[in-house]
Amino acid sequence: MLFVLALSAYVTGFFGYLGYLIFHQEIYHKVGHYFFVLGLGIQTFVLLSSFMVTGIMPVENLRETLCFTAWAIALIYVGFNLRFRLMVLGAFVAPLVCGIMIASSLFSGSSAVSPDLLKGVWTFVHITAIFLGDGAFILAACVGIIYLMQERAIKKKQHGFIYHRLPSLEVLDKMGYACVAFGFPMLTFGMIAGFIYAQSVWGKWWSWDPKELWSVVTWLFYAALLHERLTVGWRGKRAAVMAIIGLAVVLITFGVNFFLLGHHTQFTKF
Amino acid sequence: MDIVLVGLNHKTAPVDIRECFAFDSLEADAGLKELSRIPELTEAVLISTCNRVEVAAACQDPDEGVSAIKDFFSRTKSMPLENFEQNLFVYKGDEAVQHVFRVASSLDSMVLGEPQILGQMKESYRLATQAKTTGAVLNRLMHRCFMTAKRVRKETGIGDHAVSISYAAVELARKIFGELTDKKVLLIGAGEMAELAVEHLLNHRAAGVFVANRTFERAVSLAQRFRGTPIRLEEVEEHLKIADIIISSTGAPGYVLEKKDVKKVLRARKNRPLFFIDIAVPRDIDPAINNLSNNFVYDIDDLQGVIDRNIDERQKEAVRAERIVDENVIKYRTWLEGLDIVPTIVSLQKKLEAIRQTEMAKTLAHVSGLDENGKEAIDRLTQSIINKVMHDPIQFLKAGGHREKQKKEVLGFTRDIFNLNNSQNGDNFTPDEE
Repeated sequence: MLFVLALSAYVTGFFGYLGYLIFHQEIYHKVGHYFFVLGLGIQTFVLLSSFMVTGIMPVENLRETLCFTAWAIALIYVGFNLRFRLMVLGAFVAPLVCGIMIASSLFSGSSAVSPDLLKGVWTFVHITAIFLGDGAFILAACVGIIYLMQERAIKKKQHGFIYHRLPSLEVLDKMGYACVAFGFPMLTFGMIAGFIYAQSVWGKWWSWDPKELWSVVTWLFYAALLHERLTVGWRGKRAAVMAIIGLAVVLITFGVNFFLLGHHTQFTKF
Repeated sequence: MDIVLVGLNHKTAPVDIRECFAFDSLEADAGLKELSRIPELTEAVLISTCNRVEVAAACQDPDEGVSAIKDFFSRTKSMPLENFEQNLFVYKGDEAVQHVFRVASSLDSMVLGEPQILGQMKESYRLATQAKTTGAVLNRLMHRCFMTAKRVRKETGIGDHAVSISYAAVELARKIFGELTDKKVLLIGAGEMAELAVEHLLNHRAAGVFVANRTFERAVSLAQRFRGTPIRLEEVEEHLKIADIIISSTGAPGYVLEKKDVKKVLRARKNRPLFFIDIAVPRDIDPAINNLSNNFVYDIDDLQGVIDRNIDERQKEAVRAERIVDENVIKYRTWLEGLDIVPTIVSLQKKLEAIRQTEMAKTLAHVSGLDENGKEAIDRLTQSIINKVMHDPIQFLKAGGHREKQKKEVLGFTRDIFNLNNSQNGDNFTPDEE
C-alpha cells in the first residue's frame, strides 16, 4: 500500500518535472519536487520502519534490492539538488526512479537469504554506503548525459528546445564531479565494511566472488577518473563520457550475479 | 469622454523628422503646460523617446481633440502641418488604448521586446503628473499600461534571448561558464561590436580584460577604458593560458589563432573551457578549434544565426503578448464606460434618497402615536419602494448593450427626465481605483 503511495508520488513528481521541462514555468517544478520529496519520505519511512522492526537490511531479494536502489538514487538526487538546483535534472532522474520501482514490483518478494546474513552493523554500513555510492554514480551519469546534450547544442550551434532549458556546462560539470567525488569515498568505505564483514562471517577478507572482483574494477575505474581530473583536468565532455561508461561498470557489478554465482547471488534472486 | 492619440514613430517617420519632434525633459515640461491650456483636451500625456513622439489625451470630442493635438505639434515645433501630417498616426478610443499598451509592452518597438521603453513611459507619466495634466482617465490608462507591460514581460518570453551580437555573445558565455565572476576576457583588435561585447561581459562581472592590438598605443588606450591590461600581439598565445573568453576583431587577412596554437595551451589550462568569439571578416580564429574538446568557436555568422532564431522566438511570444494587451484593453474600456454610467446611477440614487428622507421627515412630524417599530417599518417600506422602482432603470443603464453614441443619448435622456443635471449630486464623483 505504502509502496503504491510512494510510487504514485514519484510518478506525479515526474510529470511535474516534465511539465517544467516543456512549459518552462517554475510552478510545475515546485509541485513536482514536492511530490518527489513526498515519495522519498514515504519510502524512507517504509524502509526505516521495516528495518527497525526486523533489524534486517531490506535487500533480501531482487525486488527489495531494486527498491533500495531507487531509494538511494532519489535520496542522492534530492540531496545534491539542494546544492546545485538543476531544475531540469528531475525530468531525467524521476523516470529512472519510477522505472526501477515499477521493475521491482514485477518480481516476487520471497526471501532467498537467511536473515542472519543481513544483520549487524557492518552489513548496515556495507550496504548503505555501497548503494549511496552507486546512487551518486548513477546521478553522475545522468548529469553526464545532460552535459553531452548541452555541449552538442553549443558546438553545433543549434540553440533549440534543449539549449534554452539546460543549465550552463560549468554547473553540469561541477555537479558531475561532485557526484563522483561523493560516490568514490562511499564505495571505498562500503567495500572496507564488506571486507570486515566477510572476515567476521566467513573468516576470510576476500573470496574471489565475482561481485567482489567487479567492485574492485569499479573502484579502480572511478579512482582513475578522479585522479585524471585532479592532475591533468579531465573535465567537460571526457568526464561526462567517462561518467556514463562508469555507469555501465556499476551496472555490470550490480548484475554480475545473474550470470556468475557467488555469495552475493541470493540478493538478486527472484 | 474619449481617448485619442496622435504621434509619429520609427515606422511612420524618417529620422530627420523624428529629430525635429523630439522633446527633451525641459521641452516636455513646457509642452505639457501648453497642452493643459488647450480647452479641447481635458487630460494629456506626452511620450517622447528617440523612436517616437506621441500625445495621448482625453477629450470630449475626439475629432476636435485630434486636430488640437496636430495643431499643438505644429505650433511648438514651428512646422507647418502639411510638412508632417502624412507621418502622423491617429488612434481613437480602443485603438488609442491598445496602442499605449502595445508601446509600453515593447510590441511597437524597433527591437521587439527591448526593455527600456517601459522606463521611458514611466518617466513621461511622471512628468505629466508633475505638470498635473492627467486625471482619472489617463491615470488609470497609464497604471493599466504599466501593469500590462509587466504581465507581458512576466508571462511571455518576449524579453528572453539576446537580439544583438554583443548580448548573444554574453548569453553564450553564460551557457558555457555559468557565472563569469572569475573569467578573464582577451580582446584582440578593436571595433564597436567587440568593445560592446567586452563591456557587457564586464557588466556581467567578468574578472578582467587583456587588450592586444597591432599598435600597442591603441591597446594601451583601450585597456585604460576597460581598466584592463594592454599586451602585445605576440603575447596572445601566452595569455591563452589565463584568458577564458577571447573576442577577436582584427583586420588581419589570415587566422590570428590556429588550432595548433590552442592545442599547445590545453594542458596548461587543465582543459578548462575556452570560448572564442570571432567578429572579424575575414575570420581571425581557425574554425577547426571548435572541434577541440572544451573549446567553442562562434563566428559572426553563427552569432547572427543565433540572433535570427531569437528574433523568431520573440515574434512567437509577441502573439501571446498581443492577447494580454487585448484582454487589458477590454478591461479598461469596461471601466471607462462604467465611468459614464456610474455617476448617473449614483446621482439618481442620491436624488431619490433625498426625496425619501424629506418626505419621511414631513410625514412623521404629522403622525402621532407611532412607536419605534412603526417608524422602522415605514423606513423599510419607503426604502424598498425606491429600490424596486430604481431596479429596472439601473439594469437598463448597466446592461451596456448600447453603442457608444446611443449610450451617450441614453445617459443624457436619463439625466433629463430625472432632472439630474441641475442637482449638485454626483458632480464631484470620483471613481475608486480597483
